[in-house]
Amino acid sequence: MSLVGAKVLRKEDPNLITGRGQFVDDLSPAGTAYVAFVRSNEAHGRITNVDTAEAVAMQGVLAVWTASDVADLPGLGVPGLERPLLAADKVRFVGESIAVVVAETRAQAVDAAEAVLVDIDPLPASPTIQSAIAEGAAPLDENVGANVIFMLPIEDPDIDPALAAAPRRLSTRMENNRCVPTPIETNVVLADWGPSGLTLWATHQAPHHLRNTVATYFGLAQDTTRVITPDVGGGFGAKINFTPDLFLVPALSRALRRPVKYTQTRSENVLMMYHGRAQEVDIDVGFDDDGSLLALKVDVYQDNGAYADPTGMGLPALTTTMAAGCYKIPKVAVGWKNILTNATPVAAYRGAGRPEAAFYIERIVDMVADELGLDPVEIRRRNFIPEDEFPYATHSEIAVYDSGNFAGALDELLNIMDYPALVQEKAAAIDDPTKPLLGIGFATWLEIAAFGPPGALEGFGHLASWESGQVRVQPDGSAIIYTGASPHGQGTVTTLAQIAADELGIDFDKISVRHGDTATVVQGIGTMGSRATAVAGESVKQAATKVTEKAKLIAAHLLEANPEDIEVNDDAFSVKGTPAKSVPWSEVAWKSFQNLELPEGVDPGSLESTVHNAPPNFSFPSGAYGCVVEIDKMSGDTRVRDMYLVDDCGTVINPLLAEGQVHGGVAQGIAQALYEKMEYDANGQPLTATLVDYLVPGAPDLPTYTSSRTTTVTPNNSLGAKGIGESGSVGAPPAVVNAAVDALSHLGVRHINMPLTPQKIFSLLHEGGA
Amino acid sequence: MIPAAFEYKKAGSADEAIALLTEYGDEAKLLAGGHSLLPLMKLRLARPEVLIDIGNVADLSYVREDGDHIAVGALTRHRDVERSDVLRSALPVLAHVASTVGDPQVRNRGTIGGSIVHGDPASDLPSVVLATGATLVVRGSGGQREIAAADFFVDFLETAVAADELLTEIKFPKSNGAGWSFQKFNRRAQDWAIVGATVVGGDNPGVSLVNMGSKPELSVAATEAMASGASPSDVGAAAADGAANPPEDLSANVAYRRHLARSLVERAVAEASN
Repeated sequence: MSLVGAKVLRKEDPNLITGRGQFVDDLSPAGTAYVAFVRSNEAHGRITNVDTAEAVAMQGVLAVWTASDVADLPGLGVPGLERPLLAADKVRFVGESIAVVVAETRAQAVDAAEAVLVDIDPLPASPTIQSAIAEGAAPLDENVGANVIFMLPIEDPDIDPALAAAPRRLSTRMENNRCVPTPIETNVVLADWGPSGLTLWATHQAPHHLRNTVATYFGLAQDTTRVITPDVGGGFGAKINFTPDLFLVPALSRALRRPVKYTQTRSENVLMMYHGRAQEVDIDVGFDDDGSLLALKVDVYQDNGAYADPTGMGLPALTTTMAAGCYKIPKVAVGWKNILTNATPVAAYRGAGRPEAAFYIERIVDMVADELGLDPVEIRRRNFIPEDEFPYATHSEIAVYDSGNFAGALDELLNIMDYPALVQEKAAAIDDPTKPLLGIGFATWLEIAAFGPPGALEGFGHLASWESGQVRVQPDGSAIIYTGASPHGQGTVTTLAQIAADELGIDFDKISVRHGDTATVVQGIGTMGSRATAVAGESVKQAATKVTEKAKLIAAHLLEANPEDIEVNDDAFSVKGTPAKSVPWSEVAWKSFQNLELPEGVDPGSLESTVHNAPPNFSFPSGAYGCVVEIDKMSGDTRVRDMYLVDDCGTVINPLLAEGQVHGGVAQGIAQALYEKMEYDANGQPLTATLVDYLVPGAPDLPTYTSSRTTTVTPNNSLGAKGIGESGSVGAPPAVVNAAVDALSHLGVRHINMPLTPQKIFSLLHEGGA
Repeated sequence: MIPAAFEYKKAGSADEAIALLTEYGDEAKLLAGGHSLLPLMKLRLARPEVLIDIGNVADLSYVREDGDHIAVGALTRHRDVERSDVLRSALPVLAHVASTVGDPQVRNRGTIGGSIVHGDPASDLPSVVLATGATLVVRGSGGQREIAAADFFVDFLETAVAADELLTEIKFPKSNGAGWSFQKFNRRAQDWAIVGATVVGGDNPGVSLVNMGSKPELSVAATEAMASGASPSDVGAAAADGAANPPEDLSANVAYRRHLARSLVERAVAEASN
């Protein structure tokens, strides 16, 4: 029986649910010293004095470092726009680290950090895109002189004529709210720099990338630099980034000659872990009276926060690459600006640029439908890229859509949701004082995933874009799989074991998957961009196939048969047509290490293989989501009542895990639509710096989902899997907002920026005369 | 995350706690369930030099009928209030409101007295104290005294309990079957109210508001309107207009808060009158 496609329970869970998981903060080698930071309480200002005298003299304090102590350590990030490890002359956002204290205990470190006195002369702050690009805004970086640090102008000479030639036109500006990633585990860094090298335990999504970067940074050899990412409690993209603590903590360990650990508090996490989204966009669309989209112009303003991160600067490229969504639009032109603001830096957050793109185009399609009096379902059908036009070259050379069936997913959505009945219910609710307003929203979205084609990640500083998979059969016939795609909650250990079990014919329970240690995993890139299954899974599959072929040589020798006649099933090799002639995997494995048992030409220990798989193209998961919101007429409170989800991620390895990914992503999407936004006041002071004010919804606040799927395989790997990690966060926000706008459309509402807070909706209800 | 250093004292009885309070005065804070004080200490927004732990003073945890009222010990956990058969029949509004505080973990640790003496305008339980016209029993080195609910809440996080006093008991009048309603508007299931309202009907009606001022507030105008038989919408209007100083935050500006107060009180009065 094939395990690919089976609802297998997670191998990870017994450890985690019995409290036996091992996270970085669980580790404290003997002699560990503890770190606390002194942080800026100003969003923009000049540091005039840092007085560490009192702190240095406090009990247990081992070191207090300021910028001058790290002067020989280079800054991080984009050349010319580096972020210093500790702020030197200026601070640029609230929370930026100014000094670091190391002490014998964490409490001593926190007490001493409080005793460091910092004087800052405030400068005018620009915490938002609009304030940062306003005339006369103080530049964050005087060397650059302007807050727009990169600009790709829209230069296509044909776009404006195409828009002008369209029978109808619509222009709009939209926002995509700044979100805090909020994984359950904050960032934790533990470094032990001894005579034989550096060991760094970190909460990170890309251990080898971190190892390579840290080694280069300190001029260490990679063989003596070891990065371990044990259990990692969520990351959502925010644990790809290279934040200063990853370099500062090793430097402290080197200087103090003992292990040093930094455990981020939740309050620090909200301010220090890089945020996501934070865009504005200007969009022009040309269309005809039938609702055919003819031309699209998209100009993105990306808030990069106080320091440019390479991934953060790449976000608008991803947004504009996916600007046309699943629609055939003859003319598309895009551009963007990267902008520094006095706020937390912005980088990848689940979906990274694609949720923004889906939000814009799905809102635009609804606006056009509304303008023409067309049903939102109908306008989508009229503009879908037809099923027979794949591969489909888009306006972007990065994106050649691999495969898709957008109409099929929409059909399935209408199959699981009773749209006509909902339309009736909506109409009846408008004037019924006992009923909330009802709104129905659609999003037929797609995204770019399986980051793995050569060139996909090198530009972000990665060694390459492939992912590694290694299979090593043990003498007893069990197998260990090593993957470079170190997971942080996805269940990759289970899916890779399923894939390997099918290829090896070894029992699922005799397959372990190891990851997250550069000393044991050959090489690796990491878990990001919905790549683990499609890229790493394919590596494991290929490696397992190679091992099985080699094992068949030994089995054939033992069974005195031809290798071509050997098949493997249920932990045993047998001769085709003669099932009684068989030898168990355990015997083949055992003898594979014994010279005297091997056929000529087969060396002992041959049952292992390593594959670095780089797919020829990205994959493009898609889906059709339907959302029903209820709006309380008294308060404006907006809740998702029903969420209908049709996902197409190609082949599903484990339906439980795929559904779990969708549920989590949709929860984050609903959260962005209804609850979450990092807010700053005009001086750059964060207003939502704790989880009391920054509203992360919980299970009681979310609906039960109704889900289904369609399957359009990708030709890019032999599994046919496209990736599912980010889908929900891409499709949910436009579905929710489209539903809310639908609920309020009788009042003339055409667009609402996220999050849809009760007060905001209440004011729309009243401005509309309700 | 880590509080500033403090001295820890464990009180075995109410008298011991009062003796320690008398000794340390303003420098000391009482620790009961810890669900208001400890988060403030971890953020270093509160830095008491001495913490007097009264968590094990068992004789202050009770619910008992006492003539025309019900006496609730100040150290009774929310969970025990929520599940008390006595309260469920004689004062269901209190059992219900206790069930809406935080989540089960919070309710299993937090105490009714701790919530009340914290004096947070956004807390739910003070609104029951006010709407029911409860009496608060405090004990100090100078002996025991009783404070009427209307005189108890003084200002933001400030009550009439003196530095050397301990809240020991809350005496709630029995509801005798009078209608009641608690309305809470919040965004997430376990959040504090953006605005809340407690309404008690019967012969001694009461209307109180959550998060509509700098302290827990009895709406005198709305209570009077209700006593005179005004319509639910008029009582709602009286409550909204009568709130002197509604806070303004990201969730709600003053106008929206007044609108919510008006609507919630109107709804609560209608429900309490049924």
